[in-house]
Amino acid sequence: MSLVPQLLFTGVGIGAIYALVALGFVLLIRAASVVNFAQGEFSMLGAYAMVVLSSLLGVPYWVALPIAIVLMAGFGVLFAGATYWPLRHRGQLPVIISTIGASIFLANTVLALYGPSPEVLPGLFDTPGFEVGGVFMDSQYVAIMVTAAAMLLLQFLIFEKTLLGKKLQATSQDKEMASLLGIPVALMVLITFAYSAALGGLAGILVAPVLFVSVGMGTIISLKAFAANIIGGFGSIPGAILGGLALGIVETYGAA
Amino acid sequence: MAAAPAVPQARAWRGLPALAAAIVGVLALASLVPEQGYTLNIVMQAATYSIAVAGLVVVLGYCGQISLAQAAFFGLGAYGVALGTVDFGLPFFVALLAGVVSATVFGVALGLASLRLGGHYLAMVTISFQQILTLVLTNWAGLTHGPDGVKNIARPSVPGLRLDNGDHYLGLCLVTLMGVTWYIWRLKTTRLGRAMQAVRDNEIAASTCGIDIFGTKVLAFGISAVLGGLGGGLFAGAFSYISPDQFGFGESIVLLTMALLGGVQSPFGALLGTGLLVILPEWLRFLRQVYLAVYGAAVILIMVFLPDGLWGLTHRLRRPAPVGNGAVTPLPLLSQRGTETAEVVMAIDGLAKHFGGLKALDGVDMAVRRGTVHALIGPNGSGKTTFINVVTGLYRPTAGRIAIAGQDVTGTAPHQRTRRGLARTFQNIRVFRGMTVLENVMVGAERPGNDIAEQPALVVERALAALDFVGLRSDAHRMVGTLSYGTQRYVEIARALAGSPQVLLLDEPAAGLNLSEKHELGLLLRRLKGHGLTILIVDHDMNLVEQVADHITVLNFGRRIADGGPRDVLSHPDVIAAYLGEPRQDAAA
Repeated sequence: MSLVPQLLFTGVGIGAIYALVALGFVLLIRAASVVNFAQGEFSMLGAYAMVVLSSLLGVPYWVALPIAIVLMAGFGVLFAGATYWPLRHRGQLPVIISTIGASIFLANTVLALYGPSPEVLPGLFDTPGFEVGGVFMDSQYVAIMVTAAAMLLLQFLIFEKTLLGKKLQATSQDKEMASLLGIPVALMVLITFAYSAALGGLAGILVAPVLFVSVGMGTIISLKAFAANIIGGFGSIPGAILGGLALGIVETYGAA
Repeated sequence: MAAAPAVPQARAWRGLPALAAAIVGVLALASLVPEQGYTLNIVMQAATYSIAVAGLVVVLGYCGQISLAQAAFFGLGAYGVALGTVDFGLPFFVALLAGVVSATVFGVALGLASLRLGGHYLAMVTISFQQILTLVLTNWAGLTHGPDGVKNIARPSVPGLRLDNGDHYLGLCLVTLMGVTWYIWRLKTTRLGRAMQAVRDNEIAASTCGIDIFGTKVLAFGISAVLGGLGGGLFAGAFSYISPDQFGFGESIVLLTMALLGGVQSPFGALLGTGLLVILPEWLRFLRQVYLAVYGAAVILIMVFLPDGLWGLTHRLRRPAPVGNGAVTPLPLLSQRGTETAEVVMAIDGLAKHFGGLKALDGVDMAVRRGTVHALIGPNGSGKTTFINVVTGLYRPTAGRIAIAGQDVTGTAPHQRTRRGLARTFQNIRVFRGMTVLENVMVGAERPGNDIAEQPALVVERALAALDFVGLRSDAHRMVGTLSYGTQRYVEIARALAGSPQVLLLDEPAAGLNLSEKHELGLLLRRLKGHGLTILIVDHDMNLVEQVADHITVLNFGRRIADGGPRDVLSHPDVIAAYLGEPRQDAAA
């Protein structure tokens, strides 16, 4: 019976996507106390950025990918400027409402431009996949897992081994103390927004060949990221990753 | 009563004849002017939507909880009327009741499931509920007629009123809307309304004023679901045809935008916002394709530039009513004067609180006697703040027992301890910023268990008396946020006093005050002491403690190291060593 390991493989692949989005979500909660209801729209926009770049402008996939990620990081800063910055001293509720507004605005703007029919994005590799011990390893799922693992490792290295990472951590733990120590807190918060958007965008691009690119993907991914956070313990980084993986696996077994 | 001009209730009641006149006028207008079908539809839509948006005023504006499923409750009400009249042959009003009840049941269930947690949980849960309801309405065709919707929905038949006629039915909607508007407007100045606003502004302070936070939130969300269902039910009768797409997530956002644009602090804001957003899209037809994108952007812009909505702009034009200068009944503090052999009001036995391996409190005993000022002192990190948080119920103790007036309160929630007579102030001031000074203190006077908590007129009087006592009577109608830090501390003290507590717990009241403010605080505390109020004060300011304390308990590293009269305790060698570091005779003498 290879059904159980096959489902586990698919579940971990989907779970890795949820984990990436949930990670971006939880970083914003920690750095800026922002519960971002437009987190899924980051993924949706990232995927559409790839559609525009590779399908419309004909940029080769491996060139378009880094461009899309950088665009998303820039978008994260823009997003912070519109929804968070003017409201940052007014408590959590106004910021939550404005991220809800942003989510509606982004989804419907893309809807107006691209219409409701889903777009198709190619996978990272041309080969469909390979078989190992009775389990079919879809190349896109392998790519998702490898990229997610690489991103987690990269984040670990940045947060634990660099001065920038220490500053980001200090900002998320105590903004007042961090600013007293001379850390540019505002810049750290903006970096977190940029990173969170880039992470969400990457997840959207990775999942695009599996889910199709549609306007509705944002809401679905937002809900999953939120659920992953609740499963893993709200505001916990390892919790978000484990919660995402658990959600993906449970969902895959549940659907089978 | 001298305070009459200051009583919000009195104002509301005086508005009643005007309201009645307005209803008669609108009815006359609605039945005399035969409306064009198009105008009629617009007004009908605005009226039924306004009822649902008024629900958002309660849950979001008053109580500060965000619901994204108002269109779902609207839909439940609408489908109640539609299926009830078309498929089950129920009379209109019975079907309407069924719709409202189903909206209420779902609302309360969602609230119970999510409102114990942070505000964003309700937002997520309501988004999910909204999506699920849309799927059910679309796919459960056997019950709901599926995506085709329900046709030929009946209007009520009441002998003599001819409500099947469009104008007359509009009259019904408008009268309902007026009733709702009046209720929501009045709600804000009731005990429940103030409790909701207190929860919105500061949950911890609200709970120490005796407010059941969870219950209040569920009630606010329940009321909003009722109004959603009511508006939806009337909507179904108005248009005689409904379909699932009218009650989707997008419509919830439209309703939210209406509330935010008009202003969530007032039902008149709801009317204004709804009216504008029903009429504007008719003018801006070219936006049809992108109207949700525009609404999304509008939400952000309103939050940034117009946080109180359009109706909020009118606040700048209004002047607060002057406060009467007449005599007020003094605070009933004297009744609590103790005798020589005073009983123990608050008994604490073996109280312990461990955070992992850290023993922040380790077996502390204390007895606060009626009519005394008991001071708790100790160096930084000695466990004073943990002690207060355990005593007031914000933390659960690891071991030990707390009793107030002879009753064990160890495992109870903060608001239940307040009910027993515990009032407190906070080191970092926690006032209700969205409310006036008087309203803040009224919340205190409405402490459950206070003798006058149920009598609105006496609540105002008691609150004014408390403000008089701390010298803030003339600031009663100012927004509390406009006062200085030191003055806000007096608002907190007045709020606690107005509840006629058994024990007043002052958490570092001198923190952040300048010298002259500290001096004034000392005088106030001595006056309170003179009136025989039982006080437990925690502070660093040795000068202040020496001035007022009858009894001092000293903590260090979570243990009690001294307990007794001020002279003995302050000259105790352990205290000098632990609390003052190097022996300093000037401070210890």
